[in-house]
Amino acid sequence: MRTSDFDPISIEVFARQLSKLTLFILLVFAILILRFWFLQIVNGSMYRAKSENNRIHLKDIPPFRGIILDRNGETLVDNRPSYDLYVVPEEVQNREQLLNRLNGLAELDPGAAEQKFDDISSRYPFRPICIKRDLSRNELALVETNRFNLPGVMIKVTPLRHYINGNFAAHLVGYLGEISEDQLKSGKYSDSKPGDLIGKSGMEWKWQPHLNGVRGGEQVEVDATGRKIRVMARKPPVPGANVCLTIDKGLQKVAEKALVGKNGSIVAIDPRNGEILALASSPSFDPNLFVGGIDKASWERIAFSSEFPLQNRALSGQYPPGSVFKIIVALAGLQEGIIDPKEEFVCHGVYYLGRRGYRCWKKWGHGKVNLHKALVESCDVYFYEMGKRLGVDKIAEYARRFGFGTVTGFDAVHEKAGLIPTRDWKLKRFGVPWQGGETLSTAIGQSFVLVTPIQMATFISAVFNGGIIYRPHATKWVGEKKAEKVFKFKPATAGRAEINTEHLERVKKALIGVVNEPHGTGGKAKLKDITVAGKTGTAQVVTLEKEKVFENEEEIPFQYRDHAWFVAVAPAERPRIAVATVIEHGGHGGSAAAPVAGQLISAYLEEPRKLIADDS
Amino acid sequence: MLDRRLVQNFDWVLLLLLLLLAAISILNLYSATYATRDVGGSQVFFKQIYWFLIGFFVFLLMTTFNYYALERLAYPAYILMVALLVLVLLLGKVTSGSQRWLSLGPVSFQPSELAKIAMVIVLAKFFSEKRGHQGYRLRDLWQPLLLIAAPSVLILKEPDLGTALLLIVVCFSMILFVKVYWKSLVVLLLSALCVAPFIWLNLKSYQRMRILTFLRPDMDPFGAGYHINQSKIAIGSGLLWGKGFLNGTQTRLHFLPEQHTDFALSVLAEEWGFIGSVILLLIYLFLILWGLNIAKVSKDRFGSIMAVGVVALIFWQVVINVGMVTGLLPVVGIPLLLFSYGGSSLISTMAGMGLLMNISMRRFMFQ
Repeated sequence: MRTSDFDPISIEVFARQLSKLTLFILLVFAILILRFWFLQIVNGSMYRAKSENNRIHLKDIPPFRGIILDRNGETLVDNRPSYDLYVVPEEVQNREQLLNRLNGLAELDPGAAEQKFDDISSRYPFRPICIKRDLSRNELALVETNRFNLPGVMIKVTPLRHYINGNFAAHLVGYLGEISEDQLKSGKYSDSKPGDLIGKSGMEWKWQPHLNGVRGGEQVEVDATGRKIRVMARKPPVPGANVCLTIDKGLQKVAEKALVGKNGSIVAIDPRNGEILALASSPSFDPNLFVGGIDKASWERIAFSSEFPLQNRALSGQYPPGSVFKIIVALAGLQEGIIDPKEEFVCHGVYYLGRRGYRCWKKWGHGKVNLHKALVESCDVYFYEMGKRLGVDKIAEYARRFGFGTVTGFDAVHEKAGLIPTRDWKLKRFGVPWQGGETLSTAIGQSFVLVTPIQMATFISAVFNGGIIYRPHATKWVGEKKAEKVFKFKPATAGRAEINTEHLERVKKALIGVVNEPHGTGGKAKLKDITVAGKTGTAQVVTLEKEKVFENEEEIPFQYRDHAWFVAVAPAERPRIAVATVIEHGGHGGSAAAPVAGQLISAYLEEPRKLIADDS
Repeated sequence: MLDRRLVQNFDWVLLLLLLLLAAISILNLYSATYATRDVGGSQVFFKQIYWFLIGFFVFLLMTTFNYYALERLAYPAYILMVALLVLVLLLGKVTSGSQRWLSLGPVSFQPSELAKIAMVIVLAKFFSEKRGHQGYRLRDLWQPLLLIAAPSVLILKEPDLGTALLLIVVCFSMILFVKVYWKSLVVLLLSALCVAPFIWLNLKSYQRMRILTFLRPDMDPFGAGYHINQSKIAIGSGLLWGKGFLNGTQTRLHFLPEQHTDFALSVLAEEWGFIGSVILLLIYLFLILWGLNIAKVSKDRFGSIMAVGVVALIFWQVVINVGMVTGLLPVVGIPLLLFSYGGSSLISTMAGMGLLMNISMRRFMFQ
């Protein structure tokens, strides 16, 4: 006998259980049948009437996207109403006639409209089809006045993103775009539906979950003409949180104006905490173009331009730092004890390593130079010597201490890290050992060295705030009102460059000299009442060849001209603003970039504006 | 081997009931997808015919061996099932936020479907060997409770709340059937009540929301609440005789959600009215009672308990789906078995039916 064969007791128990079960099942089925009786017989006529008149629609109520403000509470980005033209196919008697009439009133693409009709109308005759988004005032007036003649036409009002000042701070603020298939599938955008606009770059992207808000909806009963009769249920949308940026609208404007007609970038930050005061990248674009779908021509113009307007040069533009890098070499030399500030060195305009000569930018030389003069007048020969004494790996170590070679952490996704070369790196990358001459050009910020403007701003801040590397950030708070913040920024440091105070002080003094002493290279950034400190940099685009051919700067073809750098802080005694400026192919840092930095500092510190009140 | 006695004992009634349901299902599916026949709707219709053909093949396959063999295979099958459920959490395709499908080359299937059949077999095995003549005590039940817990938790993780609940309800039906002492039952219920708030507090807020809207669809007037409303209108408007085949306006105009899957019954109720709905329900009732009869005439505990398990599977799926479309029960994605569109659930149902047939065919055989 198998263990599972029946014994008499089991049979009895099972039989009893089975009859109980049968009873239970009959009871449940009785309930189900009664339910059908109730729905179909008792209340049947009511439901029949409802089904004949079933015009119950679900309507989305999109939430208001949060507003973006500047540090002083000025609105930078908000929402404006968009009047969209819809047609309910079921209520259209003569499609062709209607489309023709509409075409006369509003400019539309009849082919696309026909297509939409064909796709949707047979399956969902009651679902309104969007014929045209964002009617102009004129078109809206024409459609509204001819409404009696247009059965089945309705106007829906939806909020549309509005970048008030056009391309103002476009790279920092970002733009919106239609959510992609992958993003929908990822589950990260749980409240989004196909066709929704989400932040694709900048702050719009970073704060997307907060800015977006929560969709609401309505169960609406509409009459035969598609007009709303009553709302049966309603879930109000929850507006998105507002985002207050740290940038100063006025300062940002000055920065953008300075870059008009040029390619380049300006980053201004508060050296005391890493707040971004202005962040400009040129050329720029108008994010309004992306709202509601960008047309093909505009997209091609923006995306495939040789000047890359979509690229945020402040974060991802990588340039050789040029002479600005001498600050690193000076600090490294002092800290390592290989530079005696009093030691004098004679510059004849050329430095020999073996048989090869390396030239100073000043053809006839600087004569006797010590550290101070070498920084003030940006003597290359002095720093060739110091670079040689330090070696490339020591230079790299100090550059890394100041945050070069890694992203600052402002926007880890879109930021570039730049490049700080070492012996190992070159061997790995090219399979060739490091050359002594490359150390010399590294010492003056050439060879393989690459930095981004935001790294430069962070770096010059650190030199003047005692070596603290603040992680740059552009958000003051995110929230409903200022009182109930979701997020409030606290300064975050990415590290500290351990340099003795006396060395920092010595370099600072030299950087004040750059702007304020008679032979300083940055004299064009000088201001009347405020002590500006800074350093020029001229980053060579093409080495050697051009020097031989062109004597005069104007003769150099534009694409071979040097990138001009200027980094600055002010007031030098107690800095409140640090600026990094790069002008692509601008020529000399002292002539092309220094005046721009001066303008910015003057605008921020000299003009009596409300932002000074913020400084308590 | 199929000897003469097996052919003589072939359960023609069961086969006829299945064929009848298949015919009604296909007819109804034709209507449900009629409006979209130009845009892929007819594809759904033909696909379901293929699924039924495959289903009947599986059904016949399940009758070819003696079900005693399953006694030996119960635990290995259980382990395989749990392994597949783990695998689906690791490698499964993510569709609309949940991970339920496993791909094997061109074929993809839901391991949770397999779990239903495997649980029935493994519980039948357990209770047929461990006897509690007048009922089981709590200390006898910890093993089956653990057996139930593993797949339930894994399916909940996918997350597939509906299937997990179905599995638990079916398993507990089986436990109640084999009889549990009153006292043990009370203790079990009380401990469940004590644990519930603890679990509730440990849930994340979105999980709570999901359960709340599950229990009260009117809290979500734009998802489940809307669907239920439209389904009730469809059913109610059928009146006594229905609007006639292919004449359901709710269906035509796409007010019904998921009208070829979860809400397929609403289409039938709209077009065939109270008469049609009741006839369909009676066919299901007859199928269920026939299954109970098979449990009754089976000559061994294993077969009998297994038959009850399959019946519980049919019964609860029918009740949950009918309750859902008529607005009696919360909305869960449980299709009406043998009726709604969908291959994965159809195959597992037909496998269950094959088991029932297997037990029925061997009711008079002694070895």
